[in-house]
Amino acid sequence: MLLKIEKRAEYSKSMVYLTPIIALVLTVLTSIVLFESLGVNPIEALYQFFIAPLDTQYEFSELFVKATPLILCAIGLSVGFRANVWNIGAEGQLTMGAIVGSSLFIYFPETDSVFLLPAMIIMGALGGAAWAAIPAFFKTRFNANEILTSLMLVYVALLLLSLLIHGPWRDPAGFNFPESQTFSESADMPILISGTRMHFGTLLALFAVFGAWIMMARTLIGFQIKVIGEAPRAGGYAGFSQKKIIWFTLLFAGALSGIAGLSEVSGPIDQVVPSISPGYGFTAIIVAFLGRLHPVGIFFAGLLMALTYLGGETAQINLGLPVAVTGVFQGMVLFFLLACDVLVHYRFRLNIARKATS
Amino acid sequence: MSGNEGVTPQLELRGITKAYPGCLANDHIDLKIMPGEIHALLGENGAGKSTLVKIIYGVLQADEGDIIWAGAPVSIANPHSARKTGIGMVFQHFSLFEAMTVTENIALGMSGRQNMKALEQNIIEVSNSYGLPLEPNRQVHTLSVGEKQRIEIVRCLLQKPKLLIMDEPTSVLTPQEAEKMFETLRRLSEEGVSILYISHKLDEIKALCHKATILRGGKYISECDPTQETAKSLAEMMIGTNLQAPEHHETSKKGPIRLKVRNLSIDADVEFGINLSAINFDVRGGEILGIAGVAGNGQIELLAALSGETTCRDAETIALDDKAVGQLGPNSRRDLGLAFVPEDRLGHGSVPEMMLTENAFLSGFRRMSLLNGGFINNGGTSDYASDIVQKFDVRTPGIYHTANSLSGGNLQKFIVGREVLQQPNVIIVAHPTWGVDAGAAAFIHQTLIDLAENGAAVLVVSQDLDELFAISDRIAVIAEGRLSVGRELSEITIEEIGLLMGGTHGMGETEGVSDVA
Repeated sequence: MLLKIEKRAEYSKSMVYLTPIIALVLTVLTSIVLFESLGVNPIEALYQFFIAPLDTQYEFSELFVKATPLILCAIGLSVGFRANVWNIGAEGQLTMGAIVGSSLFIYFPETDSVFLLPAMIIMGALGGAAWAAIPAFFKTRFNANEILTSLMLVYVALLLLSLLIHGPWRDPAGFNFPESQTFSESADMPILISGTRMHFGTLLALFAVFGAWIMMARTLIGFQIKVIGEAPRAGGYAGFSQKKIIWFTLLFAGALSGIAGLSEVSGPIDQVVPSISPGYGFTAIIVAFLGRLHPVGIFFAGLLMALTYLGGETAQINLGLPVAVTGVFQGMVLFFLLACDVLVHYRFRLNIARKATS
Repeated sequence: MSGNEGVTPQLELRGITKAYPGCLANDHIDLKIMPGEIHALLGENGAGKSTLVKIIYGVLQADEGDIIWAGAPVSIANPHSARKTGIGMVFQHFSLFEAMTVTENIALGMSGRQNMKALEQNIIEVSNSYGLPLEPNRQVHTLSVGEKQRIEIVRCLLQKPKLLIMDEPTSVLTPQEAEKMFETLRRLSEEGVSILYISHKLDEIKALCHKATILRGGKYISECDPTQETAKSLAEMMIGTNLQAPEHHETSKKGPIRLKVRNLSIDADVEFGINLSAINFDVRGGEILGIAGVAGNGQIELLAALSGETTCRDAETIALDDKAVGQLGPNSRRDLGLAFVPEDRLGHGSVPEMMLTENAFLSGFRRMSLLNGGFINNGGTSDYASDIVQKFDVRTPGIYHTANSLSGGNLQKFIVGREVLQQPNVIIVAHPTWGVDAGAAAFIHQTLIDLAENGAAVLVVSQDLDELFAISDRIAVIAEGRLSVGRELSEITIEEIGLLMGGTHGMGETEGVSDVA
C-alpha cells in the first residue's frame, strides 16, 4: 500500500479545529459537482447559497433568527454528547417546550403582565426537561437505549402538538385553520432591533453559550460530564455518579430545547402552528458536532447551518433548485466531518521506504 | 541441550529494525536460537521484546534486517505463514472463547476444516504425553487460568512447531503450575524444539533457560548464559544501572488498626464474576499487608468494595480508623483518608485523553481542596500536578499532555504520586508495578514503604510474589473469593502461598489447603 494509516502518539489538537474546515471545503467541492450535474452554474449557485442571504441588514438578522433555536438545542445536546449520552430527541423536547410554554397564554390569553413571558420561558424549559426526563428514567432504571427512546418521543410530541392544534387549541376566530390565536404583546418575545425579527431568544442563546462554556471548562459538574464520557470507570473511581450525569445532561438538553421551542412560537411564528420547526432539533446534532461539542464552536456552527436554511430558500427562489438542497448540504457537512475526524487520532503517511526483508 | 556449536541455528535474526512514529522499537537486533535451546528474551517494558517477537511471528513486518530459518532466509508475511514455517506462539493474553469447549477453541485456531473426533483424540494424546492434562469437552469458562494456558500450548504443539515462543507465560500461574509448565518445556527442548522464552522473572530464567539475550531501549545489549549470572547481575544488564532493593527501616513499630474488614460478602453482579465470601482482615498503621492470588479470584471485586465503587449492605463491614464506612461512596471514604491506586492505569486510574492536570484533579480535588464553590481552582490544580511530576520523577514534556502519552511506568508513578501526596491514612494499591520497568518499580516500592513508616496502613494486591515478599510485612492469599489468614513474612514460604493460591481449583494433584478465615 502506498498510503499508510498510523495512530498518532497523542491526538492532534490542530486537527480538532482543522477538520470542520476541511469538511466544509470538501462539501463545497462536492456541491460544485452536484450543481454542475443539475445544470446550474456552480459559481452562481454558491453565491446564491452563501453570499446573497447576507446582503442586507434584515437578511443578516434573519441569520440570527434561524441560528437561535439551533444554538440552544445544540448546546444542550453537546453537553450530553460529551458524557456519551446520545439524546437525539431535541426536536421533540423543542416541541414540548413550545406546547407547555404557550399553554400559559392559550389558557390565560387575557393576562397582561410583565411576568407572563418569563413564566412562559420557564414553563417551556420545564416542558422540554420533562420530555427528556422520560428517556433519562428509562435509561437509568432499565438501561433502555436513549437513542431510540428520545427519537421515538419526537414523533409522540409532534402528534400531541397536532392533536392540540387541530382540537382544543384552535383559534375560535380562525376559520377552522389549525392555528392558535396569535400571541398578545405580553406573550411575545421582545424584538432586539426594530424592523427585524431578531428577538430576545437570541440573547438567551448567547447566554447559554457562555454559561455552557464556563460550566464545561471551570466547574465540577462539567468535569464530571467529561470524565464520565471519556472513561466511565475512572468516573466511578473518582466517585462520580453515572446516573446523576445521565439525568443532568438529559434535563439540561431538554430545558434548552424547550426554551428554543418556546422562543420560536412566541418569537418569529407568534402563534402555535402544526409545524413549529423545520427540523432544528435534528440539525442541531450536526451543529453540535461541527462545533466540536464546544460552546463557542457551536455558536459559529449554528450561524453556518442557519445560513444553509437561508441559502436553500434563496437558491429555491432564484435558481429554482429543490428545497431538499438544504438537507443534502447539511448531510454532506456531517458526512465529511465524521470522515475527516479520523485525522484527529490517525495520520496518513506515504509509504516510501521499502521493506528490507526478503 | 546447550553446547550446540557448529550446528545451524534454528532461527537467526540479523539487524532487525522496526520504527514506530516517534520511537525506534527495535534497533538492529541480532538473535540466534539453536535447535532444542531454551532462549530467554530479557528486557524491561518498552525494551522492544514484544515488537521483536511479533516480527518473528509475522504479526509485524521489520523495516530492515533478515530472518534466517534453519540456514535459509525467509519472509514471514503473517502468523499463518509463521505457523506453516514451524513457529508457534503462546500469547500472554489468551485468545479463547469462554463459552465454547476446549476442542472447539483449538479447532478455531487451526487452518482448514477439522475432523472434530480425530482432533479430540489428538488433543488427548498430545496433552497427556506432555503432562498438560485437558478435558476436550469442558467449556473454557469453567477452567482455571493455568488450564486455559494449557489449551494455548496444546494448540501450538498440535502443529508440531520447531520454535515455540512464550510471552510471559508464568505471570498468571501459581508457582506449582509454573513448575509443571517448566517440565513440559524441558521435555520439548529435549525433543529438539527451540523455545524463545520472554519474561522479566529472573529466577525463572536462571532455572529454565540455556541462553539469554538482553534488550534495553530497543537495542541488543548482550547474550549471556543465565545459569552463570546472578539475578542481580541480569537485572542490572536489563536496566543498565545498579539496582537497589527496597529498604525497611523499623518494621516493628506498628500503630493501631486503621483498616478493618469484617465478614465482607458480595455476590458478583456480572457473568463469570467472583462472589466474595466472608472476608476478614485488619491492616495496622505502619504495616504493609500483601494480598497474593492468581488473577480472577475476586481481587477486582474486593478492590471495588474497599474503594467504595461497590458499597456494602452493612456499614460495619468496613471500618477506616474505627469509622464504619461500608455504605459510603469513594468520595466520603477519601475524606476519611483513604487513597486508592487501581489495577488499570488507563481508563480506571486515569482518563487517557485528559491532561495530567485534569487527572490530578480527578481523585485529588477533595483532599487537596481544588474546588472553590463549585469552580475548579486551575492554579492549585496545576501546582498539584507539577508537584507530583517533580517529586515522583514523572518523565513527561509537561503537565498539559494527556495521560495516554506517558509510558506505563511514568503514568503509574504519576498515579501513585497523586495518591501519596494526599497524605492518606490508608492506601490500597492494586498491582503497583504491573508492566512497569524495574527502575520505576523500585521507586514505587520505596514510596509505599516510606508511606507505611510514616504511619499509614498499606494494602497491596498483587500477582507478583517477588514483589509481595520484597515489601510486605504480612501476606494473605485470595482464592475463589475467600481470603486466607494473613501470616507474618517470617512464618510463610513461597510454596505455602502457592498452595493457597491454587485454592480448591487448579492442579488436581495438589492437596486443597483450607486455611481460610
